[in-house]
Amino acid sequence: MAHIVASFDEDLVQVQARISEMGGLCEELLSKALQSVQERDPVLARQVIDRDRALDAMEMALEESVVKIIALRQPVAADLRVLIAAMKIASTLERIGDLAKNISKRAIPLSSARPARLTTSIARMGKTTLAQLSDVLNAHASRDVDLAVQIWNQDYEIDEMYNAIFREVVTYMVEDSRLIGIGAQLMFIAKNLERIGDHTTHISEMVYYIVKGEPLGDDRPKGEPTGVDFIHE
Amino acid sequence: MAEWFHPLLALAVAVFAALSAALGLPPLAAFLAGGLVVLLAVPVARRLADSAAVPLSDPPRDPAHPPPAAPDPGRALLERLPAPLLVIARNGCIAYANPAAHAALPHVEPGAHFAHLIRAPDFVAAVTATLVDGEERACRFTTFDGSERHFEARVGLLPADPAFGTDRRAIVQLEDRTEPHKAEQLRSDFIANASHELRTPLASVIGYIETLQHHARHDPEARERFLGIMAREAGRMQRLVDDLMSLSRIEMSEHLRPVEVWSLNGIVTECVSALQPIAGQQGVDLLLELDPQDCRVAGDRDQLSQVFTNLIDNAMKYGGPGGSVRVLTAPPSRAHPNRCGITVADTGPGIAREHIHRLTERFYRVNVSHSRNKGGTGLGLAIVKHILNRHKGRLEITSKPGEGSRFTVWLPRAASGDVAQPPPPPDPGEAKPLGM
Repeated sequence: MAHIVASFDEDLVQVQARISEMGGLCEELLSKALQSVQERDPVLARQVIDRDRALDAMEMALEESVVKIIALRQPVAADLRVLIAAMKIASTLERIGDLAKNISKRAIPLSSARPARLTTSIARMGKTTLAQLSDVLNAHASRDVDLAVQIWNQDYEIDEMYNAIFREVVTYMVEDSRLIGIGAQLMFIAKNLERIGDHTTHISEMVYYIVKGEPLGDDRPKGEPTGVDFIHE
Repeated sequence: MAEWFHPLLALAVAVFAALSAALGLPPLAAFLAGGLVVLLAVPVARRLADSAAVPLSDPPRDPAHPPPAAPDPGRALLERLPAPLLVIARNGCIAYANPAAHAALPHVEPGAHFAHLIRAPDFVAAVTATLVDGEERACRFTTFDGSERHFEARVGLLPADPAFGTDRRAIVQLEDRTEPHKAEQLRSDFIANASHELRTPLASVIGYIETLQHHARHDPEARERFLGIMAREAGRMQRLVDDLMSLSRIEMSEHLRPVEVWSLNGIVTECVSALQPIAGQQGVDLLLELDPQDCRVAGDRDQLSQVFTNLIDNAMKYGGPGGSVRVLTAPPSRAHPNRCGITVADTGPGIAREHIHRLTERFYRVNVSHSRNKGGTGLGLAIVKHILNRHKGRLEITSKPGEGSRFTVWLPRAASGDVAQPPPPPDPGEAKPLGM
């Protein structure tokens, strides 16, 4: 549905394009952060840490232009939803970038420690998280509600991976107390990935909201946190 | 442009483009050819750009088909160009995508902003900069949804020309580099996996050979026993190599969308009947409980059969003799909208929660010795996962110790199209190549 003022359409197109661009940068940050953990590459890790600033700047610029559009055009209904959701998605993406940066920060000390077999599990969890993020950005770009709902329902898989890694890492630290340092770093990396998964579901909620005009609900399937009884088994 | 010049130049460019594709000329030459073709088609692209300024707040719902071809030689050339090609208008909206681009990038939507299609920062930066300064640029980027794909893009400018209007446009030529990239990675994975997994059976075979050469040389009873073990270990190595080969074949084709449409019930029924004799041997009840309401899926028939065969085979192995394996239609699920599910349920001991998400990892075994005794290679579910990745499907595993396991395959419903017919059964008299 075109507006009488054609430049308003253009504004909306541009705002949403900026979201996709921020998403692209997020994907790159996350994939490089994971690569820096897996390949024990501190140089790459530092690149990610520096790159995160660009994401922050993009978020600021987007917020500014959304505020300007709201003030100038006073949009209602679907257009207003698009703009509100754009602001929320942008700040969610910015947080995802922060978490990716944090993963890279932890990759630096890990790169000088000896290789841990646990990084395979982390790499797998990272791959799943990255694919979910990529899918939700596609869902946003093509307004695919089905895909958004599916991602929203699938996040428990990432929760389950996190719980399994938690268990694995604790067992690993119990076996050899010299590995507690490495273990703690790996645990935080896994936790960051789990948070990214949660943020991803928030973006699917936004996509649903843009298209349907109502919230997706709050009965999302979640993984149960692991107990600690297994340590004494 | 003179009347005679247009078709003549078009012909020359077509020949050049075809030659460069066939002979593998340097990319720059191919790019120039592409550029020339586009130059010819600028009026077409312009017309398209003008009609395609659709706002994103209401995106076109049926973008899969390029607009009908106009009777224009330049247009026809573009449509036939084998390389994916995009024309991007100055405001960033996709003005034109040729059929090769539609095939390579299923989300392509003329009129939408290009960042919705390809959002990799390097690509976005290259297109944005080229639209401003007109320099030619090349970049590489990766997409991460489902299976990773690697591309190389060359971005150039269609210069502003008073004959065609004053707006600049960027042309983008894409090249899918996923296959060489994957081949490289698979090679290193193969070496890492195969060497590790082959070592155990090889060590055991070598050990028995040494025993047979020395003190068991004159002991016929021991010889019989050892040869039996050696045959079993060698068989395991063979299965392992077979599985690794089929896994790498599947991975190589993972980014290619299957197109044929099949009846899901048909494929499942066929797998179950093929496995009935084995179920009989193992003393397992194999039951088929499909909903008569069939579902059509786009897929590679052999690969989908392999998915169900592997899952049923696993269920029979780990469900244990005396148990039952049920293959049934899964009720529609909110978590998998627009997909149909088939569940393979067993009555076995079940799987503990911490193992479930790792089951599709290659060589991951819940119980190493148990799996080896059953002749498992540790690759069955990894193969299932990669096939489902290719089909944009999912594998859902639910299990609790003591309550059996349920493996549900979710496949996207095919939009439309006729169900393909299975190939005729092979002639029994036909000579088959012998497995080595």
